[in-house]
Amino acid sequence: MPSSRERTAGAASAITVRCRLFGRYAEVFGVSEVGVSLAPGATVADAIAELRRRPGGEGLLPPRPLAAVNHRHVALDAPLADGDELAVLPPLAGG
Amino acid sequence: MDAVTREPIDFTRLVAEVSGPGRGGTVLFLGSVRRGPDDGPVQAIEYSAYEEMVGPELERILREAEAHWPGARFAAQHRVGRVALGEPSIAVAAAAPHRAEAFAACRFVIDEAKKRLPVWKKEGFDDGGTRWRDGDAAPSPSMPR
Repeated sequence: MPSSRERTAGAASAITVRCRLFGRYAEVFGVSEVGVSLAPGATVADAIAELRRRPGGEGLLPPRPLAAVNHRHVALDAPLADGDELAVLPPLAGG
Repeated sequence: MDAVTREPIDFTRLVAEVSGPGRGGTVLFLGSVRRGPDDGPVQAIEYSAYEEMVGPELERILREAEAHWPGARFAAQHRVGRVALGEPSIAVAAAAPHRAEAFAACRFVIDEAKKRLPVWKKEGFDDGGTRWRDGDAAPSPSMPR
């Protein structure tokens, strides 16, 4: 059980999200997975914005792509927590 | 049955999964790789997926279908990897007491699957070229934006 001091320190530190890229996004970005550090309280939109700031990201990722967190579709204003898996999804084309 | 397979879809097994003595109507939908007049010389499609999510999302779709049609049973599977022209890439089986519910339920599942399953396709052409192909389904109203 962490002390209250540790909990406070933990709450103030950055969160890390595992971002997964698929389809054309993975192909053009050149990776299928990347870690992103964000401020506590960050949303999916914040993570997308961070990815778009990376080299080539703005031309590759649209500002409002489909996204999923921990295997569930989410809106871009969904909050993120440390250790979440965020998937950035190209337009779906199953079937 | 797994939601995703790399092998040809065993749709007779899907039908067997949904069959039962109280279900007199069974509908099987197969979506196959096609070469339409506007598609170019497609030879095959390479399907890729966020495989860890396809299963949970398909389960959510099937649970919604079961809530709409309580007497029906459903099974579905998507193939990934290279799927040749004419081969099925997705199969949905729905069985219900009567044909009307079976048709409606099967239509619901395939429509939602196309809108919600995280699957992508890259067309391969006769000349060796490839092209990512977007789906034509609008996002489902059940998907948050």
